[in-house]
Amino acid sequence: MAQRSKYPPLLIVRTLAAWAITLLLFFPLGWLILTAFKTELQAIAVPPLLFFTPTLENFAVVQERSDYLLYAQNSFITSVASTVLGLMLAFPAAYAMAFFKGKHTKDILMWMLSTKMMPAVGALVPVYVMAQFAGLLDTRTALVIVFTLSNLPIMVWMLYSYLKEIPHEILEASRMDGATLWQEFRMVLLPLTLGGLASTGLLCLVLSWNEAFWSLNLSAAKAGTLASLIASYSSPEGLFWSKLSAASFMAIAPIVVFGWFCQKQLVQGLTFGAVK
Amino acid sequence: MKLKSRVAIAASLAVALCGLSASATELVIATVNNGHMIEMEKLSKNFEQANPDIKLKWVTLEEGVLRQRVTTDIATKGGQFDVMTIGMYETPIWGKKGWLKELKADANYDADDILPAMKDGLSVGGKMYAAPFYGESSMLMYRKDLTDKAGIKFEGRPTWDQVRDAAAKINDPKNGVYGICLRGKPGWGDNMALLSTMANSFGAQWFDMKWKPQLESKPWKDAVTFYVDLLTKYGPPGSSANSFNEILALYNEGKCGMWIDATIAASFITDPKQSKVADKVAFAQAPYAVTQKGANWLWAWALAIPAGTKNADAAQKFINWATSKDYINLVAKTEGWAHVPTGTRKSTYANPEFQKAAVFASAEKAAIDSANPNDSTLPKSPYVGVQFAAIPEFQAIGIAVGQQMSAALAGKTTIDAALKASQTAAEREMTKGGYYK
Amino acid sequence: MKRLLPRILLTPAVLSLFLWMIVPLVMTIYFSVIRYNLMQPEVTGFAGLENFEYFLTDPSFTVAVVNTLLLLGSVIVITVLMGVGIALLIDEPFPGRGAVRLLLISPFFVMPTVNALLWKHMMMNPIYGVLAQAWKFFGAAPLDWLTDFPLGSVIIMVAWQWLPFATLIFMTALQSMNREQLEAARMDGATYQQQLRYLYIPHLGRSVAVVVMIEMIFLLSVFAEIFTTTSGGPGDASTNVAFLIFKEALLNFDAGVASAGALFAVVLANIAAVFLIRMVGKNLDT
Repeated sequence: MAQRSKYPPLLIVRTLAAWAITLLLFFPLGWLILTAFKTELQAIAVPPLLFFTPTLENFAVVQERSDYLLYAQNSFITSVASTVLGLMLAFPAAYAMAFFKGKHTKDILMWMLSTKMMPAVGALVPVYVMAQFAGLLDTRTALVIVFTLSNLPIMVWMLYSYLKEIPHEILEASRMDGATLWQEFRMVLLPLTLGGLASTGLLCLVLSWNEAFWSLNLSAAKAGTLASLIASYSSPEGLFWSKLSAASFMAIAPIVVFGWFCQKQLVQGLTFGAVK
Repeated sequence: MKLKSRVAIAASLAVALCGLSASATELVIATVNNGHMIEMEKLSKNFEQANPDIKLKWVTLEEGVLRQRVTTDIATKGGQFDVMTIGMYETPIWGKKGWLKELKADANYDADDILPAMKDGLSVGGKMYAAPFYGESSMLMYRKDLTDKAGIKFEGRPTWDQVRDAAAKINDPKNGVYGICLRGKPGWGDNMALLSTMANSFGAQWFDMKWKPQLESKPWKDAVTFYVDLLTKYGPPGSSANSFNEILALYNEGKCGMWIDATIAASFITDPKQSKVADKVAFAQAPYAVTQKGANWLWAWALAIPAGTKNADAAQKFINWATSKDYINLVAKTEGWAHVPTGTRKSTYANPEFQKAAVFASAEKAAIDSANPNDSTLPKSPYVGVQFAAIPEFQAIGIAVGQQMSAALAGKTTIDAALKASQTAAEREMTKGGYYK
Repeated sequence: MKRLLPRILLTPAVLSLFLWMIVPLVMTIYFSVIRYNLMQPEVTGFAGLENFEYFLTDPSFTVAVVNTLLLLGSVIVITVLMGVGIALLIDEPFPGRGAVRLLLISPFFVMPTVNALLWKHMMMNPIYGVLAQAWKFFGAAPLDWLTDFPLGSVIIMVAWQWLPFATLIFMTALQSMNREQLEAARMDGATYQQQLRYLYIPHLGRSVAVVVMIEMIFLLSVFAEIFTTTSGGPGDASTNVAFLIFKEALLNFDAGVASAGALFAVVLANIAAVFLIRMVGKNLDT
């Protein structure tokens, strides 16, 4: 904190710069949220309107027209389930590779990443046929499986990178104190990697939440997620812009709120980072 | 924890309902997110009340995604949907393959009331395989205030030269008005829908009787040259990425002097709630150059029953209800005559209240009546369809050609190079499709 | 025991991924050598290398590969450079830091389709877009983004969406730096440049590698943005390999050619990976 009192003008410059960049980068999204409260006519105005009388009619339309709750529920269930399942599979693997480095570690890491190299557009027919064969079309189970396995390589990579930050000495010390694997995990590892777990979990939650290709193709009436909701508002024939903004706002809101709470965890976990 | 209790309540309700409607047939309907279909979803409660043993479940998607979804399903016999919304492009192809069930009308359906053009476009060998829910053609929609000021009059079906002259006179970019706005975004149903009809009217065809693509023929060259010239001189910037919605936004803001596009646009641009120029619009038929054949396109969104469904009877009942005269009256009662699905039945257009509420009614009907998917080109063609060829290869050909046309419009390539590349792409697809054995 | 434990820990992840990969892969390889068109189920038979030949001889093939690599490279460079810069900027506390962090991350939550429509309609339209207004405000003629810079516009959209991801990773990586070491260095009078060179950058090495590898995987198959805005045009200026597969195969429902294209995309991805590993890979294990 010595820097702060030494260079207050620097702090002002940094604050201004940070806020300027942030507002600039956030602007398109902010404009989207603003548009959710406009009528269709206001949304296409030239020059674009910054001040206008807001209306809630778009949200009413979205609520009335589609089953927002069903889609939100499905999104929530599939995202959370796949993230939790993924973390349970990924953490042990990342741990093994970070602390028991073998000669194949890098190969395994690369291979995991390579499972994601096949573009989804190319794998559509095989996966569709497989899901049909297993009777899993239009089920949340199918989506959870697909999301988990799609995100697993990412989770392993990220957890591996966080775990590698932890020096071996800490683990050695706890083992010498006689801690079992589980105790080692709970008392030592978990607090140190909370930030990493949180950010990995959050990112994979977002990836599943926004996943549209498989959600749309593998679901019909029952297992549709918020991606299907958005798909029903995109590019119909007719002005749709403010309705789509409202629908997007309703699709983003749950996860942004969740992310905001998660952020506190992030900070908590991270400030612990020092080696004591 | 509000969500938890909500879920609990919903769950127990669902269980209770399940007990009640244990024997209900569930129909899964795949549909496009067009205004009329959304309206139908809202009014489907009426159907469920009249038929308590049928429950409707909706899957609403954007056109491209819908088409891919239902095609994948029907081709792999996935059985996910009981009713599919398909267009005039799929119906002839799928009908011929036996993938759709033939539709049976009930007593008061009055199948003869359906516009002949629509019936023809949705039948194979005289049998109807899809019932039209909404139909459209294309026409010229112009700003009467601007043309009056310039002393221009449009009667019936103008020629393309007349349209160009008008565009030149009303073009006023300094005041934010562009002479004419036309589609430019690559896509077989996007810019190529317009360009196909333009080419037709210049005397062109997609394929000759031996299925050889004709994209380097003189009529195609004339049409594309005219299009690029017209839009470059009198069109708005960004035209090569403009599709229906972009132009609608421009038109409603008063930036377009003329627009040739789907007849459904008329209902949007004359709606004071979303258009600044609602009372300044007038209509004429889509222009032509050499022949009036195929100068305006024909499209319908129709409901069909996949052959593999287990609920064919319930599906048939639903389709009969949704495409009946009673349904149109129902929409008129709840939303007004200006919002009924058009382009399907003669009785709609004959209704005086509809004519009063929809100022575009007569122009639209004239456009639909004049389109014939079986005879839309000057030289004889082997394919069905006005702005497309109803063959499976057409989608890929259409987008490839569309990309080239968009590049020509953007000035990134010459017209000759674009047409040559289009011809090559088309030949490649047709050869792979086995048309030249 | 020492050898067994890591193997047990690794098994669930490796096994499930293996199954997930192998079944579609085998099916894809099978489809790529037969004639399989969903629209013509009656046409069957061995096709040999026909499907590959068809895909590789597409006139837009080379352009698609180049565009894919350009898109990949540009977005990675933009997100890494800007991500590190922003993370460094907000590393030390300042008023409103929590809010700034949330705002910076939020674009990542937007669905790719919405992202594309947002940029196409609201920002980039040369007549009613916000950017056009901004340009006019400064007296310049508005740019026709999607017509004149199609690939550039797609790069901007995708970079905007992925910047938060990179920033988040770098932010959390910086937070785990050894503060005592930093303090000590500052006490010793190290300038900011020296701190950057000897402390910050080496520490970020691993996270840069992770960001680059993960982004590579996703950016190779960018599709939604292109489909919604330019449809690969004008011409094939914004067509990448994923869109090419869509155009050549999926639109036709030709699973044979789609599979051939997918296998090619895997080969391309492997080549890109080898190349990128050489650049950042040594940072992966220290």
